[in-house]
Amino acid sequence: MARVVVDVMPKPEILDPQGKAVLGALPRLGFDGVTDVRQGKRFELTLDGEVSEQVLAEVREMAETLLSNPVIEDFEVHVEDHFVAEIAAEEGRQ
Amino acid sequence: MRVGVVTFPGSLDDVDARRAVGLGGHEAVALWHGDHDLQGVDAIVLPGGFSYGDYLRCGAISRFAPVMTEVVAAARKGMPVLGICNGFQILCESHLLPGALIRNDHRKFVCRDQRLRIENNRTPWTSAYPDGAEVTIVLKNGEGGFVADDATLDRLEGEGQVVARYLDGNPNGSMRDVAGITNDRGNVVGLMPHPEHAVEELTGSGTDGLGFFTSLAAAVLSR
Repeated sequence: MARVVVDVMPKPEILDPQGKAVLGALPRLGFDGVTDVRQGKRFELTLDGEVSEQVLAEVREMAETLLSNPVIEDFEVHVEDHFVAEIAAEEGRQ
Repeated sequence: MRVGVVTFPGSLDDVDARRAVGLGGHEAVALWHGDHDLQGVDAIVLPGGFSYGDYLRCGAISRFAPVMTEVVAAARKGMPVLGICNGFQILCESHLLPGALIRNDHRKFVCRDQRLRIENNRTPWTSAYPDGAEVTIVLKNGEGGFVADDATLDRLEGEGQVVARYLDGNPNGSMRDVAGITNDRGNVVGLMPHPEHAVEELTGSGTDGLGFFTSLAAAVLSR
């Protein structure tokens, strides 16, 4: 088992009304000093087996075709190593 | 002509669209998102609504519905396709039209009678309008802000692919006041306002939307 995370963010030049709404709410709650908020999406994919280059290439393809819209969004893919460690620890206890 | 109207889970305006097709003088054919079958229709309408609850992004899941495989193939062969509101979003997600639609810049849902200028009356959906016609058609959306990079916007304007533009103020933050566009070939049109809600005097703001449905006959006959 492995966990791969895909972070999707609106491109810098694309207006982010949701981020703007959050930015507007923060000072009302007493949180000052935040100059900008951008809101994105995080996808946690749990996969069978080891994470190989081939698996990562496939995840990137998922990100390009479905998880993000390349016209308005950028994405980043990373493997969550501590998830693998947690699974191993869990198995060690059993 | 037989005009297919696709129903996705969460489509709202499919029934109105079928009614408008009938008032435009055509036979409306209900198409189902889960079928790989266009039932031999001559043109297709992707109606408004909130298909798949707007999950992920508006239109992102609908794009991969079984029927869309056939719609995309037919559109690429030249079949007239009109996407209204959520249908416009689906056409952009399908890459049949350039650009994308994002949340309104003012963050509120807008519902109003909207003035528009029809800037391209050479598409199969707009040929009934005089060049530069100014019309009033209801607009209702939460994510209707049209965005594209400058090169794409320049190309759309330069090639006459802007089909309709907002007048009397920009209602949703759409770049260059774009309300509707067409593809290179001119057979696929995406429109944020709802012409199917402006086809009868009894309801709505008038009948300015009817032209989108009466245009079709002349356009297809002249092919």
